[in-house]
Amino acid sequence: MRDPLNKTVPGIKPSGIRKFFDLVSEMKDAISLGVGEPDFDTPWHVRDEAIYSLEKGRTFYTSNAGLMELRDEIAAYIKRKLSVSYEPSKEIMVTVGGSEGIDLALRAMLDPGDEVLIPQPCYVSYEPCTILAGGVPVYINLKAENEFRLTAAELEAVITDRTKILILPFPNNPTGAVMEKKDLEEIAKVIEKHDIFVITDEIYCELYYKDEYTSIIQLPGMRERTVYINGFSKAYAMTGWRLGYVCAPELILKQMLKIHQFAIMCAPTTSQYAAVDAIKNGDEDVKLMRSAYDQRRRFLLDAFKNMGLECFEPFGAFYVFPSVKQFGLTSEEFAGKFLEAEKVAVVPGTAFGECGEGYVRISYAYSIEKLKTAMGRLEHFIKNMK
Amino acid sequence: MLREDILTTIEKNSRVDVHELAVRLGSEDDVIASEMEKMEEEGVICGYHTMIDWDKTGVDKVTALIEVRVTLQRGQGFDGIAERIYKYPEVKSVYLISGGYDLLVTIEGRSIKEVSSFVHTKLSTMENVLSTSTHFILKTYKDHGTIMTKPEEDERQMITP
Repeated sequence: MRDPLNKTVPGIKPSGIRKFFDLVSEMKDAISLGVGEPDFDTPWHVRDEAIYSLEKGRTFYTSNAGLMELRDEIAAYIKRKLSVSYEPSKEIMVTVGGSEGIDLALRAMLDPGDEVLIPQPCYVSYEPCTILAGGVPVYINLKAENEFRLTAAELEAVITDRTKILILPFPNNPTGAVMEKKDLEEIAKVIEKHDIFVITDEIYCELYYKDEYTSIIQLPGMRERTVYINGFSKAYAMTGWRLGYVCAPELILKQMLKIHQFAIMCAPTTSQYAAVDAIKNGDEDVKLMRSAYDQRRRFLLDAFKNMGLECFEPFGAFYVFPSVKQFGLTSEEFAGKFLEAEKVAVVPGTAFGECGEGYVRISYAYSIEKLKTAMGRLEHFIKNMK
Repeated sequence: MLREDILTTIEKNSRVDVHELAVRLGSEDDVIASEMEKMEEEGVICGYHTMIDWDKTGVDKVTALIEVRVTLQRGQGFDGIAERIYKYPEVKSVYLISGGYDLLVTIEGRSIKEVSSFVHTKLSTMENVLSTSTHFILKTYKDHGTIMTKPEEDERQMITP
């Protein structure tokens, strides 16, 4: 028999998180701090709207780009949050999670051999999606001393003639790092100078614990060269609904939509009706969840300080990324031993890129009570290590 | 703003200590302590109670909601009548409300008989009370924002990217 497989896919490494997942799954009574999704249920009024849409028999396809009503609401949301305008009928599309948007953008924009700049540590899908689209991933190793922000110098250093796209994964999973206005202004100059494009993944934009949020699309000249990705998963606790969206200039969006049309047809209809309600009436829910996350974030940082665990203060998402270098173990060894000794699961930083070595990701998408128990165990573990 | 943050946090869990509150709200211990003291003095914080699902204990408890219609004499307001009612320890809450009747009174007792007897002998016989209508609570699903069922298990995958 001939080899049934293509030449690229078998070469793609499985997600680094997988190995650890198997380990944790065997331990029934473990506390996990390894989850990358909200602990809140989707607000009831959103679920109720979905149920209502089912009762009404709204079970058909929507248009490829998504319900017009939803795209209008997305445009209104971007306008009120960022004061940036997108034309709902030409520049906005609804996708199956933010992840589909990332995949579509890379497929629509890359030619074989084009380089994609991926700041790491970062979410696990940028690299494989780049490779599948024929691109070449080029990593930028972000540094703890910069609080894992991307600097203009770091960006400048990796740009070549083949560089086409910069992925901007902020607020960041796994570090919780954010890019503030001044940080974005610095890198925008480099982006413009070298005429490269940006895919900005702002799925965590509502989970931002500083005063004013800035997106790269707000800076002069950036909207035209940026694919803006967002979604409902993190802001409205809607991960399982699989619903995201993309805002981009028509030139790019039109081609992304073509792929989406043939590969997906349209995002789930029930989820789209739910999302209309979420984006229209969900501001108060977001505020309450954000405030709960913020309290937990402060609680963890204080606990780390008291037990002598080094960690920069992250201002986004729901992760903290403490350093475990002082214990002379790799991230994986630390996570493994901690799990074995105290039955608490954290994710080794290396699951998010090699430069995550020396760190672990701790998620605070858990109740304060659970975090308290887990921090008690972490303190006990660290005492025994020292 | 800090006050509101303190209140919304302790409204859900009044056992959070001052230091933990300070950490969670990004404030200082003494600031939180003095703010809480002030709110207690001002009567903003009126007490620190415990949510109990008495159904799960062996203790007999009966609660009734009673709609009360009253009549007012010249120069007399609802406050005086409400006061005469709320002074009874059996009475757990009294609200002046809009609509078809005037006061909503919650009464707690050990048995239906005990509650009924209170209504008949104490409440209905007050001279301003025109009529009462008693509704016994059969089951509490949710109270003070708390759902009275077992906490649900975390059904998320243990590790996700």
